[in-house]
Amino acid sequence: MTNNKKPIVVVEGLRKYYPVGNSNTSRARQMVHAVDDVSFEIAEGETLGIVGESGCGKSTIGRQIMALERPNAGKIWYDGQDITAMSESQLRGIRTEFQMIFQDTNSSLNPRKQIYDILATPMLYHKIATKENVKQEVERLLDMVGLAKSSLNKFPHEFSGGQRQRIGIARALSLKPRLLVCDEPVSALDVSVQAQILNLLTSLQEEMNLTYVFIGHGLGAVRYISTRIAVMYLGKIVEIADAKDLFENPQHPYTKALVDASPIPDPNLRDRSRIVISGEIPSPVNPPSGCRYHPRCPYAKEECKKVDMELQVVDSSSSHLCACPFYATNLAKEE
Amino acid sequence: MEHKGNMQRVTKRFMKHKLAVVSLIFLLIMIILAILAPVIAPYNPNQVSGGFSKPPSMDHLLGTDQIGRDMLSRLLYAMRISLFVGAAATVISTLIGVILGLLSGFIGGVVDSIIMRITDMVMSFPYILLVLVAAAVFEPGLWSIVLILGFVDWPGVARLVRGNVLSIREMNYIKADIAAGMPKRFILFSEILPNTIAPVFVYATQVFAISILDEAALSFLGMGVQPPTASLGNILNGAESITVLTSKFWLWVPAGVLIVLLVISINFVGDALRDALDPSV
Amino acid sequence: MWKYILKRIAAAIPVLIGITIIDYLIMSRAGSPLAMMHGPKISESAIEVKAAMLGLDKPIYLQYFDWLKQVLTGNLGYSIKSYQPVTSIIGSHIGSTLLLMGTSLLVGLVIAIPAGIYSAIHRYKKRDYTLVTLSFLGTSIPSFFLALIFIYLFTVKLGWLPSSGMITQGTGGDFLDVVKHMIMPVSVLAVSIAGTNIRYVRSAMLEVLQQDYLRTAKAKGIGRFLVINKHALRNAMLPVVTVIGMQIPVLFGGAVIVEQMFSWPGLGLITMNAITSRDYPVIMGVCLLTAVVVLLANLITDIIYAIVDPTIQYR
Repeated sequence: MTNNKKPIVVVEGLRKYYPVGNSNTSRARQMVHAVDDVSFEIAEGETLGIVGESGCGKSTIGRQIMALERPNAGKIWYDGQDITAMSESQLRGIRTEFQMIFQDTNSSLNPRKQIYDILATPMLYHKIATKENVKQEVERLLDMVGLAKSSLNKFPHEFSGGQRQRIGIARALSLKPRLLVCDEPVSALDVSVQAQILNLLTSLQEEMNLTYVFIGHGLGAVRYISTRIAVMYLGKIVEIADAKDLFENPQHPYTKALVDASPIPDPNLRDRSRIVISGEIPSPVNPPSGCRYHPRCPYAKEECKKVDMELQVVDSSSSHLCACPFYATNLAKEE
Repeated sequence: MEHKGNMQRVTKRFMKHKLAVVSLIFLLIMIILAILAPVIAPYNPNQVSGGFSKPPSMDHLLGTDQIGRDMLSRLLYAMRISLFVGAAATVISTLIGVILGLLSGFIGGVVDSIIMRITDMVMSFPYILLVLVAAAVFEPGLWSIVLILGFVDWPGVARLVRGNVLSIREMNYIKADIAAGMPKRFILFSEILPNTIAPVFVYATQVFAISILDEAALSFLGMGVQPPTASLGNILNGAESITVLTSKFWLWVPAGVLIVLLVISINFVGDALRDALDPSV
Repeated sequence: MWKYILKRIAAAIPVLIGITIIDYLIMSRAGSPLAMMHGPKISESAIEVKAAMLGLDKPIYLQYFDWLKQVLTGNLGYSIKSYQPVTSIIGSHIGSTLLLMGTSLLVGLVIAIPAGIYSAIHRYKKRDYTLVTLSFLGTSIPSFFLALIFIYLFTVKLGWLPSSGMITQGTGGDFLDVVKHMIMPVSVLAVSIAGTNIRYVRSAMLEVLQQDYLRTAKAKGIGRFLVINKHALRNAMLPVVTVIGMQIPVLFGGAVIVEQMFSWPGLGLITMNAITSRDYPVIMGVCLLTAVVVLLANLITDIIYAIVDPTIQYR
């Protein structure tokens, strides 16, 4: 990648399969190919957006980076250390450096604990705060995410979804991480609240020089916050580029369809040739051969059914990678 | 349950169930009477203090039994024994169930399979039959009854706890704990356990009620608490004699009614607790 | 589907074996049944001969394997007390127990299902509270106490119903006679079954009534009766199926006490007798039988569940 900043995370050849169902029979199990040979880097201080339909493996990548699950193959280097090779106790030593915020704010906070306990316990455990200053620290965190000090002694159910997400952010930041994995943090929130949370995340990033992985299923929020965007389809990255580049010059037919589907505020720009995605998303248990998008792709050729497309540089001067070599030529032909 | 705000909420919701409030008061009074039995019982429950099978009178408020012992005193002591057996069996089975359920749910894998198979075994055994066989095999008596009932009732608790652990383990706040590098013991004892206490507590009230009923049945059949020690079940044993049944109602009706009242009160309290502790409301 | 059933059966076998082992171990703690059979007058050597004849001199695990081998050939052994084959003892008593249990289950459910539905429909009204209270009463009365009250009222005071046996002694026992003998034991068992199940049916029904699809059905303008009958009931019956499966071991247990109270000539009665006289082969036979019945009931419950509920995947 052409970013001069050093990468904080390097993902190489990541694969994660899950068995289908929970039967314990000995016969060969079917596997969901949630993430299938994915490689990318995240530069320090950037926000990498990952988008795709539900089931495309974007959240799985998030959990692997967080080392909440072990991949079936591939490596993940965090700051030069291979976290897939670390033992649970070794991991514990660096876990505070990467934290996560969740989509479902209902289950992200223990309903039986007061906000003070939720925030203070991990800080005390990791000696980030002392008994003397922990209350002050908690109040500072609450203030930072825009909550009143009086929230301290309340329980999660006394807050709205947006407020709970703020608490989740405060908890993640309390451990002074460098990397924050945001797994669809605004998808469950009202639109007006979404903007507040996104603004909060943006300003916190500037303040604390954080790196974000921002997972979303539509381009809306991702476009707003990301500096770079990876588009996933059925366990693979089909296109990855700087945010601006991706929107102005999408190279993959799937990306084009996603870009077309996201609403455009300026009506003058609206009337473009649109691609509408038709058909159902195929099962990740038996992904289609060749390019996984070919059954739904309006430009699919015979070749697409056979050859699995690799990510390739679109134009040597940029960091734009795409897995479809045909789209651009196809488009040219049409016009 | 462990903090003020929540406690108030639970209390308020519990108070809505009037029958349960009455039941709780009744239970508390009965427990106090049982504890104070040696102080308040008018006579020694095991010594002859009047005529044989005398109907209730001023001297003997509930009459005397076939060998002249004061029924009121015997009833008080019997209740003491029955409540003790019920409570002790409940504590034992709840402890076993919670420990096995936690292990099963948290460790998973082979441990889980083995524990669940054992649970299946104990559960698919006709309960009274197992208790009867065990009671016949071990020397009947107070402690063997406690142990038998305690070792028979745990599978329900274990399943309940396991199910809870499995669902709580999937919660994002547990993932957040792991991500924050919190130790396993913290996750198990500070996050998972407190969230299973409320349903276990509710379930324990049922176990308590069932244990009291089972003790009564066993003692009634002569396989539980042995005379001369009085228990609510073995007092009723006397009613198997047709003369007692037909003409000496004071020898069996009070003990039976007391069992019904104790058990139904416990059930009412448990039901109201379930409602009050329900986190979904 | 067949695969699923086979898998369930395969899973039940270790449970069954486990039960017999636990059984045998508990029993082995009990001491020799010969001590019960013979007084101190019998000589040591006579007892030894007898013990060898019954295989009681072998180590316990060998005794267990002997027994298991026999069971697999359909031989449950002989009663130590009456020398009759256990299979024939069980065979001659199982009918009356099944009659008692089946009728009680039926009566209990005939009370519980309508009452539970009625209670759920009229949630938080007086009738609901009354029914729930009654159902708690049903589960809180010890069956032996209820039996005593019934005997006192209907046999002693009113003289309407016979209190013991299945038929009147000395008569052939026509249908009406058996029915008369059944009324009290069936009522006692049915009260406890109804008591438990009213609340199960009620909460299952409540859960279904709150589902969105019922609101949709109502919104479509379908009448209340139809909504409840066609949409809610079917789904509410699912958990009830499970509960019926769970009742089987409870019924067996209840039958022991009720048969004892009313001298009903069933398995419960012979089990109690076998327990007091430490007649191991009979106890083992009954335990095995009940375990099989219970496991079978669980299996059938699961299968019905799988058939009725299309969302459950069986593989």
